[in-house]
Amino acid sequence: MIKTDRVVSTTCPYCGVGCNLQLHVKDDYIFKVTSPFDSVVNQGNLCVKGRFGYDYIYHPKRVTTPLIRKTLQKAGERTQAFDRDEWRDVTWDEALDMIADRMVEIYQRDGSKAMSVYCCAKATNEENYLMQKMYRTLFRTNNVDHCTRLCHAGSVVALQQALGSSAMSNTSSEVIHNDVFMVVGSNTSDNHPIIALQMKAAIKKYGAKMIVIDPRRIEMVDFAEMWLPLKPGTNVPLLSAMAHVIVKEELGDLEFVKNRTEGYDDYVESLEKFTPEYAEEISGVPADDIRKAARLYAKAENAAIYWGMGISQLSHGTASALALIHLAFLTGHIGREGTGLNPLRGQNNVQGASDMGAMPFHYPGYMLVTDEKNAQKWETAWNIEPGGLNRELGLTTTEILSHAHPGGIRSLFIMGENPMMSEPNLNETRKHMQQLEFIVSQDLFINESAAFADVFLPAAPFAEKDGTFTNTDRRVQRVRQAHAPRGDSRADWEIISDLAQRIESRLGRATAKWDYSNPEEIYAEMASVVPDFAGITYERIKDVGLQYPVWDKDHPGTPFLFAESFPRGRGKFTLLDYIPSVEPVDDEYPFILTTGRLLEHWHGGTMTRHSKLNELYPEARVDIHPADAEIHGISNGMAVRLSSRRGEIVLRATVTEKTTVGLVFLPWHFHEAAANLLTIDALDPQAKIPEFKVCAVQVFPARDEDLPNPDIVVERGRY
Amino acid sequence: MTTTDEITLDIDGKSVTVPAGTTLLEAAKQIGEDTPTICFHEATTANAICRICVVEVEGQRVLQPACIVEAVADMQVQTRSEKVIRSRKSILEMLASSVDLSEAPEIQTLMDDYDASAERFPDAQRRNIEIKDDNPMYIRDYDKCVLCWRCVQVCADDAQFTYAINFSGRGYETEIGTFFDQTIPASSCVFCGQCVAVCPTGALKPKREMFIQQGISPEDITVMSSGRKKRKKRT
Repeated sequence: MIKTDRVVSTTCPYCGVGCNLQLHVKDDYIFKVTSPFDSVVNQGNLCVKGRFGYDYIYHPKRVTTPLIRKTLQKAGERTQAFDRDEWRDVTWDEALDMIADRMVEIYQRDGSKAMSVYCCAKATNEENYLMQKMYRTLFRTNNVDHCTRLCHAGSVVALQQALGSSAMSNTSSEVIHNDVFMVVGSNTSDNHPIIALQMKAAIKKYGAKMIVIDPRRIEMVDFAEMWLPLKPGTNVPLLSAMAHVIVKEELGDLEFVKNRTEGYDDYVESLEKFTPEYAEEISGVPADDIRKAARLYAKAENAAIYWGMGISQLSHGTASALALIHLAFLTGHIGREGTGLNPLRGQNNVQGASDMGAMPFHYPGYMLVTDEKNAQKWETAWNIEPGGLNRELGLTTTEILSHAHPGGIRSLFIMGENPMMSEPNLNETRKHMQQLEFIVSQDLFINESAAFADVFLPAAPFAEKDGTFTNTDRRVQRVRQAHAPRGDSRADWEIISDLAQRIESRLGRATAKWDYSNPEEIYAEMASVVPDFAGITYERIKDVGLQYPVWDKDHPGTPFLFAESFPRGRGKFTLLDYIPSVEPVDDEYPFILTTGRLLEHWHGGTMTRHSKLNELYPEARVDIHPADAEIHGISNGMAVRLSSRRGEIVLRATVTEKTTVGLVFLPWHFHEAAANLLTIDALDPQAKIPEFKVCAVQVFPARDEDLPNPDIVVERGRY
Repeated sequence: MTTTDEITLDIDGKSVTVPAGTTLLEAAKQIGEDTPTICFHEATTANAICRICVVEVEGQRVLQPACIVEAVADMQVQTRSEKVIRSRKSILEMLASSVDLSEAPEIQTLMDDYDASAERFPDAQRRNIEIKDDNPMYIRDYDKCVLCWRCVQVCADDAQFTYAINFSGRGYETEIGTFFDQTIPASSCVFCGQCVAVCPTGALKPKREMFIQQGISPEDITVMSSGRKKRKKRT
């Protein structure tokens, strides 16, 4: 038996569930992860990533010393350098001084509009708060965003517009109080495995009924009362037809509509055309199933809606989310325990990064940057002269890159993100990256984006630093250091504090305060300005996290939202139209491609592809339906060439009934067959989220030798 | 009778009042009596497999497993009668005679508490099963398995609803296994590791923990982890 040096309680760095972890450490090495069985979040359950997926920390390719590119990179001729030989090991002083010099030079020459930063939904609240503070106070820019733009931006905008608050209404374990719940566009068992367990328990042990709306026959369908396999991108007509049925059959809660909402009459009129038959024609879901699902949801005692990227990652993602929100308004399934609207957040701290103002439209606490009062509030907090902060909306994640040209964005700081994997239409993204004049990457590995950088700053992963993450149900939880950062790497908050001081002194600005001795001081500074977090202190969340809003030091936190009213007052109905996805299929590109994730991997793969998780699922695979496979002469495991108008990749096919006829599915974790080479960079007009879920592709058989790694093959019973 | 009703019974001569539906294990805890358990776990459904928690109930012919038997009004319970002690001791001695308990500290403590001898059944056949090392995450060393069933339960309805493992074989040959003895990666396993978390004897163990035990340095483990699975030749 191993004598453990220490067991450190912390929060999982993968998805938004926020499972509580105990890291068992021996000689500064984590050899085992467990979870307390009395945890309120995950009841001791973990998924493969939380239990086994932390070994990237010790991977030999992890960079633990600051690096500067040997060859000077010029805008327009920038190249990728994956090989360490193309980089020079430098001291922190040299790296940070060079960054400060170059960024101040660009800022003084081209102004605020040339500066931009990608914050990080993997980093802590404190680190995201500091990063947006650095860019807002020193470079006076709101070009601050992070990957929320690529995942739930449509949901956030819709919820803000309809309710005035964009977080999950419920605690995820409240699902056991539901008699009916809907899971829409969420492959929950793979992407939020622990919430999926709670859903399965709700069904098997508490008698709940689940309606799954998803184009794929995902694992959750095995547990569902109904499965509505809609054609991707047809949420608005399908969900509006459900609303149509609820109104026509008088299944709604008119009392709730009268007391809590506005715009109902016009909305009802706009529903006229959304008959179930009309929706069937567009979505392919039988009209009778739409009626049945509408009745099941509306007649429930306590119903809730859970959704994922299948709603938001569309050129009409905001409208799709609004169509869902309307169902809750019509039926009054919101504002009571177990009822509500629940966007399942992807990253461990995407909720927190958004809360901390790592977004181009908001200061921390969702205070609009265009509002004079908000700007003044933060000018006081950050010791800035009146009128100093920028009052204009900044650019979003995708816009930052598309504005990379002389006269636009010139410098980009990337904290832990990987746009060269996560942006749509990567061939285009590559051109934008090449156009930048100066790039800094702060990460663990030289990933596809870091390879474009001028300077690489080695950051510390979750197990090597302190701070907080905010999970999908608004619970602020502690992150604790298990052992010191390896090599010369440093926690992100320390790097930012150090860099900010160097930039500030070069600019000769009055200090906004950067000399923090620990993350707790950073949190306290933020909480003193943002009312939602006023009652949260490290002491109070020492054992169990608190769910914000926490208005004061005695407030117990808020397990579910909207009991009395919505933050904007009344819930607002919006008139919707069916707008088809941007790229329809045709003879040349006859398949719809939809992208998503796998249980074993995480996003761009910077972490999981440097872990033993990669041995469990080592190659990209495209799912194709047996009927389509037969027509195209494709057998299971065969190499295929998958192409769209924007790019092509070669990978093996999995012939499976998990997908539906005319639809192919592709995970986007694998750089050697990057899904986003194919996806389209069409954006939702309001939320600016790209349409990752629908584009047109063609599939042809290919030869094994065309595969990026013909020797590697995934062999798993689960898939 | 509703579950809010209260019941009064007698445990070891002390009067105890508990809500209806309370097990004898829980009721005994109220008077500070810590009944030993092996297969019982707070996160799994109690199944009374190991019988170490047995107590003597007046009027019952055989000893009763405290983890599942519910309290009844006026029940007379003995948690440490001679019969109970003798039974627990024998169970421990039988386990120790055939299973490797070297990484089951809780059972070893019970052995000491009950003065149980691992040598009592010297001729017993010891379990001798090759370590199953078929995946990158954990190993299965069934020499150490006491068949408590916790792993099977968390894989099924107590947590994961995955159903990758179950009992296989009969009698002494009983083992935990996959259907048709598939490898773990070929089964429906999702590698949540919940089975590893509830294993009381080290029969299931994270591979990294095993390597550290074997004295392999973290650096070497990491290099091992970068190995890749080669494709089998297609015929």
